[in-house]
Amino acid sequence: MSVLKALIRRDLMLAWRQGGGTGTALGFFLTVVVLLPLGIGPDQALLQRIAPGALWIALLLSVLLSAERIFQPDYDDGSLEQMALGPAPLEMIAIAKAFAHWLSAGLPLAIAAPLLGFLLNLDPALILPLGIAMLIGSLALSLLACLGAAITVGLRRGGMLVSLLILPLYIPALIFGVSASTAGQAGPDITSSSLLILIAIVLTFTVVVPLAAATALRAYLR
Amino acid sequence: MKLVGKDLTCERGERVVFKGLDFAVGAGELLVLKGPNGAGKTSLLRLIAGLIEPAAGHLELNGGHKDLSIGQQSHLVAHQSAVKPSLSVRENLAFWSEFLGGGDIEASLDAFALRPLADYSAALLSAGQLRRLTLSRLKLVARVLWLLDEPTVGLDDNSTGNLRTLMQDQLDRGGMIIATTHVDLGMGDATTFDFAALEARQ
Amino acid sequence: MFAIGLYLALVVAPADYQQGETVRIMFVHVPAAWLALMIYSVMAASSIVAIIWRHPLADLAAKAAAPIGAAFTFLALVTGSLWGKPMWGAWWVWDARLTSMFVLLLLYLGYIAIWQAIEDPRRAARIASIVAIVGFINVPIIKFSVEWWNSLHQPASVFRADGPAIHSSILWPLLVMAVAYTLLYIALHLVAIRSELVGHRIRQIELARADAA
Repeated sequence: MSVLKALIRRDLMLAWRQGGGTGTALGFFLTVVVLLPLGIGPDQALLQRIAPGALWIALLLSVLLSAERIFQPDYDDGSLEQMALGPAPLEMIAIAKAFAHWLSAGLPLAIAAPLLGFLLNLDPALILPLGIAMLIGSLALSLLACLGAAITVGLRRGGMLVSLLILPLYIPALIFGVSASTAGQAGPDITSSSLLILIAIVLTFTVVVPLAAATALRAYLR
Repeated sequence: MKLVGKDLTCERGERVVFKGLDFAVGAGELLVLKGPNGAGKTSLLRLIAGLIEPAAGHLELNGGHKDLSIGQQSHLVAHQSAVKPSLSVRENLAFWSEFLGGGDIEASLDAFALRPLADYSAALLSAGQLRRLTLSRLKLVARVLWLLDEPTVGLDDNSTGNLRTLMQDQLDRGGMIIATTHVDLGMGDATTFDFAALEARQ
Repeated sequence: MFAIGLYLALVVAPADYQQGETVRIMFVHVPAAWLALMIYSVMAASSIVAIIWRHPLADLAAKAAAPIGAAFTFLALVTGSLWGKPMWGAWWVWDARLTSMFVLLLLYLGYIAIWQAIEDPRRAARIASIVAIVGFINVPIIKFSVEWWNSLHQPASVFRADGPAIHSSILWPLLVMAVAYTLLYIALHLVAIRSELVGHRIRQIELARADAA
């Protein structure tokens, strides 16, 4: 367990200190949210209607954009190879790295999203449900980002390929995420079915992603 | 303790790198791999570490730990440094120490005289210093098998001496070392495995 | 095989002409959609075989299936769109089935892109298998979520295809077409696998020559 703790702590430290980490993801998120009204016009009613969906799309793109740093630097400098010879199996390393990615990208973005909602005239009643749905949903997004990063780790310019491969898989998380954000209009309804399905999606990926990611990493480390 | 490889075949992509390779290393022994570029020296090290699966043949560590793979009982030092430039020298060692299950950071700093640099960012290190930091992982945790790929590249005489001391300690402890090199390591009695001979035999 | 497929398609074709203009599209559309799903299943099954038993032929089979599957998916989408224009008054409607098929096309394209992006064929095979299998696990989840989403946004007023039961005069040609399509697919797939095998052999000969040089 201390192995995974060490890995998560190091990844967080790197995310804070290096370019392309938490700060960049937040900046990108903010930029998308600002550009959106410029693209579709300042109609307050329209913005209010699309705000939850728009925030989710922005979240999704920000998470995907930061996917590359999950494995790429460690693959390039040989750290991943050393980790493969360590006491923890690659499956555990993949899940630890996905969790570190969530802590450094998904979590801050999910906290920032409801606040940025003010820029889009978000219905104040939706702030809490949106925040909760994003906290949970971004776990699924980080897990899939981890899978995408593992699948393309040895490729130059894998960025576009990650988008093509992973964005279709984001659809369920997006649909139920938006639905959970807007369903509990009267307040956060934990038993709302969308939220439960969102949790089920997260659990499914928690099982599938480490297996698939570790298999991919082994193929690249050969 | 003995590491034995029998009739090993290694394929990379669709290419056969070597086949029918036999070797054995015993406790306290150094095996030096020699051969031209592309003969498969690095591939053999990665195969022993378990990163590459042998296409044929088998590999056994007699007297090794039952629950651990050979890779988990080995140090592999390859060309890549596995050093994070945005962490300090000490932080880099501290991470690997914790990751590998607790090691002696102070001893590692001293092994290659890195103590004066301990709190500098690894981004400031020269190529030679980076190499020393990479090699100092050998001192961090004890592992029975060392797989060294061109360990002396980029080292000055002093550091090569430090490496020699470290390797001698490993052998005296009953550890095993397999190293590829183009230069003489100056390690006294070592078995040499020549890839050119393997190819000629076939 | 190819001859049988063509022969059946030609024999069946006249039966289409008895139906109305738009319904005729369905004979092309429906089997194409079935095949698109079936080929993805075949691809995923081959990938599972490849990843567990490491059989190189299974990799080649999966690789060869992808472009064929993508073509059928594309055909289903285009014919669906052609059919949709007179029926719904729009080329594209965000109907659950259409959306799912579109996602399926994206999955096919991602799979093909992986094969093209990775140079080492063995590594490409491993990674592509993972992509195919993960995609396969996700297809039902995506289908389910898109249907949920659809019912959320569009009350069932747009799409009423399953009104009356399908008349047997339509059903029979449809089934024959489906068989013809399947045979066509099998023929195409076998040809594609053979060409993959030949390509594989050519690469090995080139490798041997490079080694000798």
